[in-house]
Amino acid sequence: MADIPAAGTVPEMRRDEELTTADGRPLRVALRRSQRQLRRRAFYLVAPLLVFLLVTFGWPIANMIAGSVYNPEVAHFLPLTSSAISDWDGEDVPGEDVFAAMAMDMESGLANRTIGRAAGRINREIPGARSLVMGTARDLEDMQPPYREAFLAEDERWGDLEFWRLIKRETRIVTPAYYLLALDFEYNSRGEIVERPEIYQVYRQLFWRTAWMSLTITALCVLLGYPVAHLLATLPLKTSNVLMILVLLPFWTSLLVRTSAWIVLLQQQGVINDLLVWANIIDASGRIRMIYNQTGTIIAMTHILLPFMILPLYSVMKTIPPSYMRAARSLGATQFTAFTKVYMPLTIPGVAAGVLLVFILAIGYYITPALVGGESGIFISNLIAQNMQGTSAQLKLASALATILLVGVLFFYWLFNKLIGVDRLKFG
Amino acid sequence: MALPAYAGTGERVWYYSYRVICALIFLFLIVPIIVIVPLSFNARPYFTFTQGMLALDPSAYSLRWYDALFSSREWMNSIRNSFFIATSSALISTALGTLAALGLSRPQMPARAFITAILISPMIVPLIITAAALFSFYARLNLANTFFSIIMAHVVLGTPFVVITVTASLSGFDQQLIRAAQSLGANQVTTFFKVILPLLLPGVIAGGLFAFITSLDEVVVVLFLAGPEQTPMTVRMFSGLREEISPTILALASILVAISILLLTSMEFLRRRNERQRGISQT
Repeated sequence: MADIPAAGTVPEMRRDEELTTADGRPLRVALRRSQRQLRRRAFYLVAPLLVFLLVTFGWPIANMIAGSVYNPEVAHFLPLTSSAISDWDGEDVPGEDVFAAMAMDMESGLANRTIGRAAGRINREIPGARSLVMGTARDLEDMQPPYREAFLAEDERWGDLEFWRLIKRETRIVTPAYYLLALDFEYNSRGEIVERPEIYQVYRQLFWRTAWMSLTITALCVLLGYPVAHLLATLPLKTSNVLMILVLLPFWTSLLVRTSAWIVLLQQQGVINDLLVWANIIDASGRIRMIYNQTGTIIAMTHILLPFMILPLYSVMKTIPPSYMRAARSLGATQFTAFTKVYMPLTIPGVAAGVLLVFILAIGYYITPALVGGESGIFISNLIAQNMQGTSAQLKLASALATILLVGVLFFYWLFNKLIGVDRLKFG
Repeated sequence: MALPAYAGTGERVWYYSYRVICALIFLFLIVPIIVIVPLSFNARPYFTFTQGMLALDPSAYSLRWYDALFSSREWMNSIRNSFFIATSSALISTALGTLAALGLSRPQMPARAFITAILISPMIVPLIITAAALFSFYARLNLANTFFSIIMAHVVLGTPFVVITVTASLSGFDQQLIRAAQSLGANQVTTFFKVILPLLLPGVIAGGLFAFITSLDEVVVVLFLAGPEQTPMTVRMFSGLREEISPTILALASILVAISILLLTSMEFLRRRNERQRGISQT
């Protein structure tokens, strides 16, 4: 054995005798260059779409996220005050330097008409502050330094520590205020972060509801999708192709069509209630309320998302050779043992893909909850939409809510990528 | 998975009950879609079956809701808008998505997984977030409430489907075919048009159809981006469902079901053609 040289052994090459191409370049360099060229060519094909998406999708979303923390009004429109107040300790009415800076900011703010925007921003936190700032600014020309006394003589609210603390807080260009609001927290008058009063708490509860309703929908999809996918994967191809149409047709049908179908079926004067009354299962007076509540959202969304569970399950189950089950049976396993010990573990990748896909799609749903969810069945998306149509502060709150939702979705997308890989995604 | 001869009673019971369960789930999938079709022919403005309909009385059925749909200027305008938006955005999506899929399928593509994840992301990001972001983006450019912004938004939403479908039809693409064509004397252009394109075309068309239906069915983004001039049928349907539901919506819904059956059939046809051409026989 020892004297037979190992296959593939090449006489050792000396450094100065490197292989070269016909025109004398080292082969290694030429190869690397041509591979770089191939990589570049492949990238050029992708580049148009990538650039397009970055400009018309990535950039707007980045902008929205930036908008949720951006708070420029006080810093930009009261610049001198902002710098003067930075040294203030917040314990007593600020000194003359702050008041003088405020007076100068008001003067320039009146000249270029920006004082209203700063006043409006403060007014959002302290109602009435707008008239205070605007009124004092208008009377400014009759005032003499020292401004501290003049302002306090004009209106005693200028001695309000809460007002000055707010200004100091709002000089920050980046603010977490909208995220606090989105999680039902707020600043109190001392600038500390506290929970909002219970009656105003909406969002945290809604995030939880969105999550658990999506989980319920995902669980129902597994429950309904698993047997069907198994049947489709084990039937002869001719039959399963026909049955597959029953899965693909809902997949291809408009979301609105499917939602309106559920309205038709589930409403109190609808088909299912009529059927139950006709069959004497319920009274005409005891019609069941199945829509415009959580039940409606869960039923309709399970129906809409079920194909997204069945298709990945099916594609995994189809690759499991039926002989595995027969082998298990022949080794003495019961049907049940063979199924749970052999078949089910092999389908885990499909289950994971389906679960993640359905859950990701479910937590962002807007249309179906809006149409059949009533009050109790709406998702966080519905409140994002509601806030989008409001004032600029509500718009920023909507951006903050959207960013939180986006982070959640991207986490599960990342998990999906890590466990399954997006390139495995297929339809039909 | 026929029942084996050695199956015991328990197994037999399970076998049949399992089939019944599956049949019920299939009914759950398909009945809601089918049930609206007869209801759209209801002669009365109800959303349920009348006694007359159940008795198959011809006078209980009518075409009045279809007539209402087709004679309404607003509905017809919005249907035209929808098809215009869907066609334009599907064409652009198909072009961009196919190019990208060609690049992604090359073995030398750098950072493939990461770039694929980015290209697919519009499908994953909740539509309300996309809508919120795109609305402020186009509003700042003074382009909200234009066909341009809606079409661009739908291109974004449609391309993931094109990328996925075309990449799938390229996977398992036999590179030897190219070499075979070239060894038989075809140049690059001939190879592309005579060998690569015919093999690719079913996938490209399927992707385009996906992008088309995505745009046609899309509600959320257009809800924010479309002004009265651009209102597509989905927005009209959505507000119709929210306020007072008239069976006219069911007439349109039935037409949309017919369109999806048509598209599903063509997709199935394309898929089989693609498999035949690539020599993957169905057994």
